[in-house]
Amino acid sequence: MGWKRIKAALPPGRYYFSGNEAAAEGAIAAGCRFYAGYPITPSSEIMERMAHRLDQIGGVFVQMEDELSSISAVIGASWAGAKAITATSGPGFSLMMENIGYAAFTETPCVIVDIQRAGPATGQATRVGSGDIMQAKWGSHGDYQVIALSPWSVQEMYDQTIQAFNFAERYRVPTFLLGDEAIGHLRESLDIKPWVRVFDRKKAKGRPPFEAKSPRQIPPMPAFGEGESILVTGSTHDGLGIRRTDDPEVHARLVKRLNDKILLNQEDIIETEEFFLDDATVAALCYGFTARSTLTAVKELRGEGHKVGLIRLRTLWPFAHKELRQLNQGVKKILVPEMNRGQVAGETMKSSRCEVVSFCQTDGEIIRPEVIQKELMRLL
Amino acid sequence: MARAMEDYLRPGIPTTPFCPGCGHGILLGLILRSIHALGIDIREMLFVSGIGCAAWIPSPHFKADTLHTTHGRAIAFATGAKLYNPRLRVMVISGDGDLSSIGGNHLIHAARRDIDLKVVCANNMIYGMTGGQVAATTPVGSTTSTTPLGSTERPFDLCRLVEGAGGRYVARHAVTQPLALIESIKKSLSFTGFTFIEVLSPCPTQFGSKNLLESAPKMMEWLMENCVPREEAEGLSPEELEGKIITGEWSDVAVSTG
Repeated sequence: MGWKRIKAALPPGRYYFSGNEAAAEGAIAAGCRFYAGYPITPSSEIMERMAHRLDQIGGVFVQMEDELSSISAVIGASWAGAKAITATSGPGFSLMMENIGYAAFTETPCVIVDIQRAGPATGQATRVGSGDIMQAKWGSHGDYQVIALSPWSVQEMYDQTIQAFNFAERYRVPTFLLGDEAIGHLRESLDIKPWVRVFDRKKAKGRPPFEAKSPRQIPPMPAFGEGESILVTGSTHDGLGIRRTDDPEVHARLVKRLNDKILLNQEDIIETEEFFLDDATVAALCYGFTARSTLTAVKELRGEGHKVGLIRLRTLWPFAHKELRQLNQGVKKILVPEMNRGQVAGETMKSSRCEVVSFCQTDGEIIRPEVIQKELMRLL
Repeated sequence: MARAMEDYLRPGIPTTPFCPGCGHGILLGLILRSIHALGIDIREMLFVSGIGCAAWIPSPHFKADTLHTTHGRAIAFATGAKLYNPRLRVMVISGDGDLSSIGGNHLIHAARRDIDLKVVCANNMIYGMTGGQVAATTPVGSTTSTTPLGSTERPFDLCRLVEGAGGRYVARHAVTQPLALIESIKKSLSFTGFTFIEVLSPCPTQFGSKNLLESAPKMMEWLMENCVPREEAEGLSPEELEGKIITGEWSDVAVSTG
């Protein structure tokens, strides 16, 4: 229970992996022993590698009949004590939404990898997009919080999958790895370190599983089969899990606590990375694959003497509003290039003190460095 | 015996939510009696249910692990829990709409996988909780709140559906056949693999009131008159079987409850 250091599942060293393979290895390294999923491009390699690896190490793999049942089986396994994961892409992510809300409301740790493709609908099934950012936050009905991470490299597909499990277990919350087709299918070096720091959900026999002493605290979570007669329900419930659907106070307290437990701990969750921001007057705000193109563009412009910088969001949800407010006062304009119609640009406008310019590209192609360079030049 | 059942009930839950005359309370008692008869420690069991009246049979009443899921997904949640911890004895208790309509895909796939789940489907032939709308199990000609002129679509034969999908132990009984039903539940709990028991449970509030069977005794009488055990049905002509519900077991495996 709690933090511990365990040996990496693969021998330490340098590997040459795709992002999707790295996510599967990150899950295994984090102690995940349950996968349920349904095939979908461009995420299927995660499922294929999990089938192979879980068989090797004695975990459970099941290919379900659809994404509705995949996320359901993941939640069922989590309550049976598993660190559990599924992977999908846009259409499957849409189908999972009802039970993602169920997982948030029942405080079920689980990890969902969404390898985003160009939507809406079937869209361009094999092409890249990042149109699921707002869906990840708001996709299920009602008010709840999730954690969503945004990897930009094969290394981060591995590292952030481990981190996603740690957040899921620590905060008892569905946690997303919001990758995209370009990162999922990119092949590059991956360094596996000998040790992995993992968090295992806390247990406390006899303690209510849905009640915490303070809004920042996370209740302990028993597992089925431990003799605790657990009552889990997606209806409004008290600390013991007993349905209290007509009590306004119980509902208000529960919804607030589920939001507070993430928002009051957001300083421990949110991570950003800054490049050349000290004297920058124009900054790009990026995440996922687009941050790679942008860093190339920013370095090119710096080489020409322009005062441009980059802030990269490693965490998308909860959103880095506080970090944006604390941004160097010299930054007058922020460019947000993204492979959707301005989802993160809109969120950025809520807290940014300077002008926010959205650059959208939704053609199923990555945004190239020269395109971003041109857009940054217009703002200089 | 009645007092003995208290050991199986979660303390602090005062009453069941079922309407007067509902068959689900009878089914609740019969499930507990079957568990008691086999000497199973209920705290070693996991009960999974979906949404609808029948989903309230185990949750919150049974003093065991209970997982009350989203509409239609009970079997899928149960699949995850059972696969990760095979030591759990997992029973799914839910309604006809939950298991065979919105959740129909999971029902046939769990039967195909032959995963060790004990599914009990309380079939009241209507959507009770939401106000008496037509179901995939409503007999042709029935009046419901969405078929004011009588339903026209043919209902599922749930047992044949599950048998066709690969279910190895399949049975149908009405709550008016308690001894046969207890025997079937005991058999399913003693069997390793997927089992399916359809339980005809009257809904006087929604089905009866719209179909001239408004009192609970009338619905019970209707079930007793129309449920024909399989052995008896074999001696009857197609005309005599018109509108009848055949009950019994459909199983290719011998199950011992000893």
